[in-house]
Amino acid sequence: MQLLEGEKEQILDCVKEVLIESSKKSEDLIPILQKVQAKLGYLPALAMEKIAEGTGVSGADVYGLATFYNQFRLNPPGDHQVKVCLGTACYMVGGDITLESFERRMEIREGETSPDRRYSLERVACVGCCTMAPVVVVDNEVEGKVTPTRVDGIMLALEGESGKAKESRDAEKEEGEQK
Amino acid sequence: MSGSNPLELYNKMLKEARAEIESKENRARVLVGTATCGVSAGALKIKEDFNREIKEKSLDVDVIEVGCMGHCYAEPLAVIAKPGYPPVCYGYLDDGLVHRLVEDFLDGDDPSYEYALAALERNDVFPTFEDFPRGVYEKKLILEKCGYIDARDIKGYIARDGYSAMAKALTGEPHQVLEEVKAANLRGRGGAGFPAGIKWEACMNGGAEEKYVICNADEGDPGAFMDRSILESDPHLVIEGMILCAYAIGAQKGYLYIRAEYPRAVGHVQEAIDQARAKGLLGNSILGSEFDFDLEIFQGSGAFVCGEATALVNSMEGKMGMPESRPPRLASQGFRGKPTILNNVKTFAYVPFIINRGADWFKGIGTEESPGTAVFSLVGKVTNTGLVEVPMGTTLRQLIYDVGDGLPNDKEFKAVQIGGPSGGCLPESALDVPIDFDSLHDAGAIMGSGGLVVMDEDDCMAAVARYFLEFTQHESCGKCTFCRLGTKHMLDILNDITRGEGDAETLGLLKELAEDVRDGSLCNLGKTAPNPVLTTLEYFYEEYKAHLEEGRCPALVCRDLILYYIEPPKCSKLCNVCVGSCPTEAIFTRDDGLKEIDQEKCVKCDNCLKACPPEYNAIVKLSPPVLPPEKEKKAK
Repeated sequence: MQLLEGEKEQILDCVKEVLIESSKKSEDLIPILQKVQAKLGYLPALAMEKIAEGTGVSGADVYGLATFYNQFRLNPPGDHQVKVCLGTACYMVGGDITLESFERRMEIREGETSPDRRYSLERVACVGCCTMAPVVVVDNEVEGKVTPTRVDGIMLALEGESGKAKESRDAEKEEGEQK
Repeated sequence: MSGSNPLELYNKMLKEARAEIESKENRARVLVGTATCGVSAGALKIKEDFNREIKEKSLDVDVIEVGCMGHCYAEPLAVIAKPGYPPVCYGYLDDGLVHRLVEDFLDGDDPSYEYALAALERNDVFPTFEDFPRGVYEKKLILEKCGYIDARDIKGYIARDGYSAMAKALTGEPHQVLEEVKAANLRGRGGAGFPAGIKWEACMNGGAEEKYVICNADEGDPGAFMDRSILESDPHLVIEGMILCAYAIGAQKGYLYIRAEYPRAVGHVQEAIDQARAKGLLGNSILGSEFDFDLEIFQGSGAFVCGEATALVNSMEGKMGMPESRPPRLASQGFRGKPTILNNVKTFAYVPFIINRGADWFKGIGTEESPGTAVFSLVGKVTNTGLVEVPMGTTLRQLIYDVGDGLPNDKEFKAVQIGGPSGGCLPESALDVPIDFDSLHDAGAIMGSGGLVVMDEDDCMAAVARYFLEFTQHESCGKCTFCRLGTKHMLDILNDITRGEGDAETLGLLKELAEDVRDGSLCNLGKTAPNPVLTTLEYFYEEYKAHLEEGRCPALVCRDLILYYIEPPKCSKLCNVCVGSCPTEAIFTRDDGLKEIDQEKCVKCDNCLKACPPEYNAIVKLSPPVLPPEKEKKAK
């Protein structure tokens, strides 16, 4: 995924900051990755390279850890993050159908972020409200009993919102340029 | 503090905590269940609603966040305790009901029993949870305080005799703790059921000066959440259990390995550790004794295989979570190469009870070989979902029909899946199997993590086996060839079966492969991954055969073997609901006004079937996927 303007500096600063705080022992590697992801929202390749340099662990091992554990993501989160629960109870009542509906509407696959970074789609295992299955977490709000029709509704709401967000961003940008 | 006795110090602390809690309990209180399950159902909003309504009426009422009471089917829920009335639990709350409860009960004097689930104390007016069938079979030990105390206030725990087991143990010798746990025959609740006492003894005799205690809270089973609930609702119980273990084996440092996906649990446990440290219950010279022990949280990054002991330790050392061959066992060579005890959240949670009430009392609950209780997260096609705790030896039938109140919508029971991806599916005929480590193992399932999923006639066993295998295949760490390639190959075969592809030899090959993966893998992930496949093959062989021989999915689940069809005689020409419900515009209106589905466009999302008004009920699923007109043509 292409880095945005200014993102490179942000990544470098963030890694530097996290490395200063940690012991740089290999035992600290997972907490370091967790902290960087907490700040950036994901683990860009550049960040992993810098962490490898800083800790003296090989880049391959850092990448190995980042791909071994489910918590780490290599794609930036979208403006709107949708997580579809595919725990046992949700799967049994058609969670996979819900996931497919989102894939169709967002035109991305599970685990991906749309090129304009508006949406990201993930599958998760059990958010712990099995009685409301199938469950979807939209920007940290839990939605229960999500059918494909509800998916359409959710997407419409998000499209409205991110349309607005984009407009206001564009307006800000314009203002800045004018100044 | 030299010369002071741990018990004296503790009793002073207990007295203070009790006084404070009692003064709080003399006022009206609202306890809102805000464990993750409650929060997902909107409990935080309910809490705000209560606060707002109470403020508007300027009432003197405390609104407190508590953990999970286990009645997840009725979330969001709250308990209202008003002096002069029995504490009453209300479920299915929304802003309207909150308004009413505040107005009528907190401000007025009508407890609105018509909205109550149950009372929490015996009284002459309203039944308690114990009066329902569920209460007869349930026996709450480690879930006892969950949902009734403020998890974020150590005094709530202390006031209920919390840390008294620790104070008692500190006045005695470490080996007394060990002997009590050994005598109680406490078996590890992580799933395998290895006796904790024997593990502890091996670690105690491990020799080294430095030892570690680790609590495994890397709950990765996609259908289980009891460890999270306990940590969120009663974190001090687990901490006290860990301190007792550390005292018994002589460890100075402990870790709680908690999944980072459980932010609430991590937060509550961290607060609990800080509070315990501030009170001198953790850290150097605990309660004035010579015993030092401290705890730290390690956030796991989400890998199912890290539930395996050696993989978990590797992960804590900053490596990929791959299991190692044993021996050496962790008890002699574990974290940082030192003797280490690793037990599950629930195992530690039992220890304070055993120390306080004795091994004989503990052995009086459950069965001889598996004493104590079992905690399950009861989900799937069952009326009362939630967390349940029953004595070992309760049968599956009692658990599903009495505690869970049976299946909803008059559906037929088909199978129960126990133990998550490592467990098995048991049929109706196995319902009278008592729940204990050995009986379940003999039946082909395992106690496992405690996920218990009930399935009805609408669930396809081949699809269920495929689901679990997809999970384990994804989570296989890749170390052993059998697990890495075998699960992949099994998944391919199961994918074929759900598409109706395969011949007479397919099922034989699948079984052979499953047995090889079971026998050829190093750790329990690989060894148990074939369980869902093996049990469904054993108990539901006919269903697999129908997929292959007739191209038919009896439960009408496998999407390549079904099609959706609008029955012309039932379709009302005037209604357009199905057309609007279709996400791919596959449904169209024919010239004669009837609706029809374009099978090329249909993605089988089930939307139209749900949308079709019940008075018409015109849409059906057919398997094998042959349209009735074509069938007639063929017949001619």
